[in-house]
Amino acid sequence: MDYFQIVMVTLEATIRLSVPLILAALAGLYSERSGIFDIGLEGKMLAAAFAGGAAAAVYGSAIIGLTAAIVVSVALAMVHAFASITQRGNQIVSGVAINFIALGSTVILGQAWFRQGGRTPQLNEDSRFQAITLPFAETLADVPVLGPIYANLISGHFLLTYFAFAMVPITWWVLYRTRFGLRLRAVGENPGAVDTAGISVTKMRYLGVLCCGILCGFAGAYLSMAVAAGFVKGMTAGKGFIALAALIFAKWKPVNVMLACLLFGFLDALAILLQGQQLPVVGEVPVQFMQALPYVLTVILLAGFIGKAIPPKAGGKPYVKER
Amino acid sequence: MSDLAIELRGIDKSFGPVHANKNINLSVSKGTIHGIIGENGAGKSTLMSILYGFYQADEGKILVNGEEITIRDPNVAIAAGIGMVHQHFMLVDNFTVLENVMLGAEENAILNRGIVNARAELKRLEDEYALEVDPDAVIEELPVGLQQRVEILKALYRGAEILILDEPTGVLTPAEADHLFRILEQLRDQGKTIILITHKLREIMAITDEVSVMRRGEMVATRKTSETNVEELAELMVGRRVLLRVEKGPSNPSDVKLSVDGLTVRDNRGVVMVDDVSLEVRAGEIVGIAGVAGNGQSELLQAITGIRQAEKGTVLLAGQPIDVTGDADPQDLRKRGLAHVPEDRHHMGLVLSFEENENAILGYHYDEEYLNGPMLKLDAVRSHAAQSAEKYDIRPPDVRLKTANFSGGNQQKIVLAREMERDPAVLVIGQPTRGVDVGAIEFIHKRIIEMRDAGKAVLLVSVELDEIRSLSDRILVMFAGRVVGERTPEATEGELGLLMAGVEEGQEAAQ
Repeated sequence: MDYFQIVMVTLEATIRLSVPLILAALAGLYSERSGIFDIGLEGKMLAAAFAGGAAAAVYGSAIIGLTAAIVVSVALAMVHAFASITQRGNQIVSGVAINFIALGSTVILGQAWFRQGGRTPQLNEDSRFQAITLPFAETLADVPVLGPIYANLISGHFLLTYFAFAMVPITWWVLYRTRFGLRLRAVGENPGAVDTAGISVTKMRYLGVLCCGILCGFAGAYLSMAVAAGFVKGMTAGKGFIALAALIFAKWKPVNVMLACLLFGFLDALAILLQGQQLPVVGEVPVQFMQALPYVLTVILLAGFIGKAIPPKAGGKPYVKER
Repeated sequence: MSDLAIELRGIDKSFGPVHANKNINLSVSKGTIHGIIGENGAGKSTLMSILYGFYQADEGKILVNGEEITIRDPNVAIAAGIGMVHQHFMLVDNFTVLENVMLGAEENAILNRGIVNARAELKRLEDEYALEVDPDAVIEELPVGLQQRVEILKALYRGAEILILDEPTGVLTPAEADHLFRILEQLRDQGKTIILITHKLREIMAITDEVSVMRRGEMVATRKTSETNVEELAELMVGRRVLLRVEKGPSNPSDVKLSVDGLTVRDNRGVVMVDDVSLEVRAGEIVGIAGVAGNGQSELLQAITGIRQAEKGTVLLAGQPIDVTGDADPQDLRKRGLAHVPEDRHHMGLVLSFEENENAILGYHYDEEYLNGPMLKLDAVRSHAAQSAEKYDIRPPDVRLKTANFSGGNQQKIVLAREMERDPAVLVIGQPTRGVDVGAIEFIHKRIIEMRDAGKAVLLVSVELDEIRSLSDRILVMFAGRVVGERTPEATEGELGLLMAGVEEGQEAAQ
């Protein structure tokens, strides 16, 4: 393989691996900007992946699969919202609980329904998402440099991939150019200000968590119905936590979220590329090292070496009217 | 049309066992400034929160402009023309002024055109009421006086005709407070009705047309301001006669007990908060440090008492150095005779979930009289607590009660008893009467004077200028981390106010 080819393959993998991170991190952004911390991204994504895979397999339709994924993810998000907004519970405990529920129930239900060791049946072409070839991708493929870039990097992805990248500017616009965004940002910073302005804090936070649930549903569906053709147990493999790291790394800003997810996706792609390869000077790089890098970078950020990550001020705290 | 802007009839509200408002009746005439005065916990804020729809009354009626309405939530209050400026500003710190003003009153789901209109409307309001503020400034970068102005603009933007201000001057310099009063008078002259909630008698006398007094959840009296006086109001507030001015004899200073030289301290963000401060406190005198909150007084106290590391400078306690730039140990300083009543009793003075007797020895729990090897002698602890509870009139006198269940004044007395009863050489006190009712204030002030007369060196920090003036033998004024002047207690409030606002002595002479 020549170098150009290696670069192209790596970048293509970067995009493929970044998509679930982008969707999950944007999901977390909506929730955390409203003041509800969510470490249950992983669990929601996993449950959505399972629901999507299972429903698509049973009904033979990608759309039904996606719908099921979103419904299940939203249901879990509402559990989190009820515990942490209505009941003013601890948001971390609730998030952890959701992760465990998802981890256990997907395997149990999968085994009970399909008897394939926790997997869902292999999806056929109609019941999963297909890569989309943009116009002229094949004709232009022979144009040097630009052709392959268009054909491989821009074209040839799943609908959900384009959706994920489109959500970045959309989220930015929602956050900074709409009434909903203004209120969402305010409720995460000073819910008292929102309450005294005559807006329901509870409603705003539920809406933030709802958006989170929907986007986690997309992220899960992407895993089991687009990149893979079916659910495998534990298939999120920590992506929810990497997304959370990316969200912090991006300082809760949408465009930064995309960049951070692409960086973390790139590190992942690099890990795959370097697997078993001898590099000059350093020799073989352990896969674990590359996998740990996103967390290491986030810790370095949190320690204050790369700017400062200031979370939404009211994040993690239940809102209680002062007396 | 009624000439009453607000009429409350029989408002009653309980929070569990706490009866916060008992059958309150109140009438506020249009176009007046109506003061509501009362001690902390008298139920003023609760009453106003009911009026603003933050809480619902258990019983009673609210009439706005003669019409009965049910204020379910702040939206109803806003629609009825009621605006509120909260004691703790309800602003989003990292939003701009414009965003804060718009929040909740946006025109459309998409902000585009709304922003343009809001900006124009804000400009109009600023011009009409002479309340300039840069619409694009970020709140956290504005001084508190301007933040308050934004709160007022927020209410006006929503079309408020009736403006409620809850303890608005707590965070302001005297000059800023005066400015606020001029704004309020102007608003009244333009037809607005203003309700001013405060516990400061001086403000009531200075600006209100009518005043209502609350005590323990009840409305005890309403007076025309011109027909009452400070003494009567104080008596109504407390329910008995109170001495507003502390009686004290001349001071008799002797040796220097605490000496601070060239002390510089940074806060957690690295900002210099105490800048080359030098001062001395002698045995038998009270040195008061006046200043608006946030001008370095807190950091000064923390450095002297070994809680915060100083950058440079020396501090001598009875002639012996304190390692303020290294690791001064508060416990060690206690043993050496430095007692500290911290500014914030909830965060630094007490553990609220502890029993009273445990807090009564906190910091002195290593004393041999309370220890039996590694075990606490609970009997000794409790009997000590019971003694100081009696001596300091701490109520209720139940040493096993959780500290959180005591009132602010009694909590403060627990701290004072603990620190004063150890016969310290130097007593450092921050905000001795913050959130303390008038009756307890009198008691605490007397104790502080007694400490002075017993030959202790007292360093007093307070944002209440009246307190500084009535207790201190010498007054130092801090502004932006520096001591900008020293005055005698005879100095006028205006003179001190100028120093507190950072007006240089030269400029002062020129004015």
